[in-house]
Amino acid sequence: MTIDEIQQEIVEEFSGFEDWMDKYAYLIEIGNEMAPIDAKYKIESNLIRGCQSRVWLQQEFTDGKIKFIAESDALIVKGLVALLLRIYSNRTPKEILESEPRFIDEIGLRQHLSPTRSNGLLAMVKQMKLYALAYEKISAKK
Amino acid sequence: MIPDISKIRKDFPILDQKVHGKPLIYFDNAATSQRPIQVIERMDEFSLRTNANIHRATHYLANKTTEAFEASRETVRQYINAAEAAEVIFTHGTTESINLVAFSFGEAFINAGDEVIVTEMEHHANIVPWQMMCERRGAVLKVLPFNDNGELQIELLDSLITNKTKILAVAHVSNTLGTVNPIREIILKAHLKNVPVLIDGAQGAPHFKIDVQELACDFYAFSGHKLYGPTGIGALYGKRKWLDKMPPYMGGGEMIDRVTFAKTTYNQLPYKFEAGTPNYVGAIGFSAAIKYIQSLDRQAIIAYEHDLLTVATEKLKQIEGLKIYGEASVKAGLICFNIEGVHPFDLGTLLDQLGIAVRTGRLCADPVMDHYGVENMVRASFAFYNTFDEINAFYKALIRLKAMF
Repeated sequence: MTIDEIQQEIVEEFSGFEDWMDKYAYLIEIGNEMAPIDAKYKIESNLIRGCQSRVWLQQEFTDGKIKFIAESDALIVKGLVALLLRIYSNRTPKEILESEPRFIDEIGLRQHLSPTRSNGLLAMVKQMKLYALAYEKISAKK
Repeated sequence: MIPDISKIRKDFPILDQKVHGKPLIYFDNAATSQRPIQVIERMDEFSLRTNANIHRATHYLANKTTEAFEASRETVRQYINAAEAAEVIFTHGTTESINLVAFSFGEAFINAGDEVIVTEMEHHANIVPWQMMCERRGAVLKVLPFNDNGELQIELLDSLITNKTKILAVAHVSNTLGTVNPIREIILKAHLKNVPVLIDGAQGAPHFKIDVQELACDFYAFSGHKLYGPTGIGALYGKRKWLDKMPPYMGGGEMIDRVTFAKTTYNQLPYKFEAGTPNYVGAIGFSAAIKYIQSLDRQAIIAYEHDLLTVATEKLKQIEGLKIYGEASVKAGLICFNIEGVHPFDLGTLLDQLGIAVRTGRLCADPVMDHYGVENMVRASFAFYNTFDEINAFYKALIRLKAMF
């Protein structure tokens, strides 16, 4: 599936929830189900520090694709992180750079990407794009 | 007498609104309190009819503005019972007030090897300015710790103060633990060893009557926006004997006596410390806020706020897995807590969906987070316009949200 198709899939998953409580409960469920990442990734250099919640992000580049490994200490953020990974992990730099995480807006959780929330999520998206940009340049040089 | 809270709430139109479809419950008063209509109208009226720069011109509006600004200073003086209006300096807020003292007192009185004492429970605004000054002057910052109840270990103070101690800075009320510190006792102990004391009154001035002469503190710093006034205005009270000997903090207009390229002489107090055009609209709003508070039955309000805190604490303690940080015997205004297994950010996000505004995060007090070994906390902070019904709704919301995790 393309990034866009997965985003559409997520939007549809959330469209069933009428109550905001259910939406958040689902995010918490996704966050809870996410396998914990290895402690070796939870290091200072991987930390995207928001004021409120912490997000760790690690990347691996193999066969032209970037694999992201990430986690947050807050469950709602962790749920959103899981969704971001579903969309952006194991993609080529080009795919990552050309796509915006529009699903967040469409499932009515736009506030979580606003810079004022300082929850590390916006910084995570930026960081993923930066990695994509860097790997795209490295690939072009080869 | 029990204050008529429903009547008081009518003075705060902002409280009467829905957030995410739910009635707003505003429990973030320690961050900023709301302003009564009397403050908003006074500032609007001033901007509409009077505005002109102060102390500078002979025209009608300038004179009216200057009068209003100096009358505001007098209102603040009365509120804290300073000996003279010249001991009241208008600043941007508590942070600037403390920075002013750290800089100017440091320049005048602190040298290499000298010591400054702060406490472990201070807001960053009462730590970092002292650290910066200590680095500049080669002085040493020492820390008075608190116990797990959130009470300062006063018994350590006598040994902490040495003949090198030049100043001690402490919060009146902790912005995280809610502890009302025994500042009278601290001031007495410090004064016995000739150490002046600065009180960070950001969280104290909103909840108590302040009498700086009775306290005998050397400096008292507080903000307008936590006292039902506007942002960007605050005050520094300082004893004249110190302020006279301290060099200016910032240079500019108004703070000078005479400027030549060879040498500039400085204006008298308080103008020496008020460089540039001050926030006179803010000062006028600040004064209106103080007058508003003074129009209420202050004793009754203080007692009511105490009851709110007591009831909230009792309620929260009923929730299994909820830990309150700071259980000092005397507290005011706020409760910090965490619920086991629930990240404060998640809780804050969900409370917001229920129309309840709380603060979450590190609360500008990293050392307090470190003391308890936590990354974040949730803080509910109260004002006299809050109600027991709101506390009940908050309690029910916590029970409901806790079940989601």
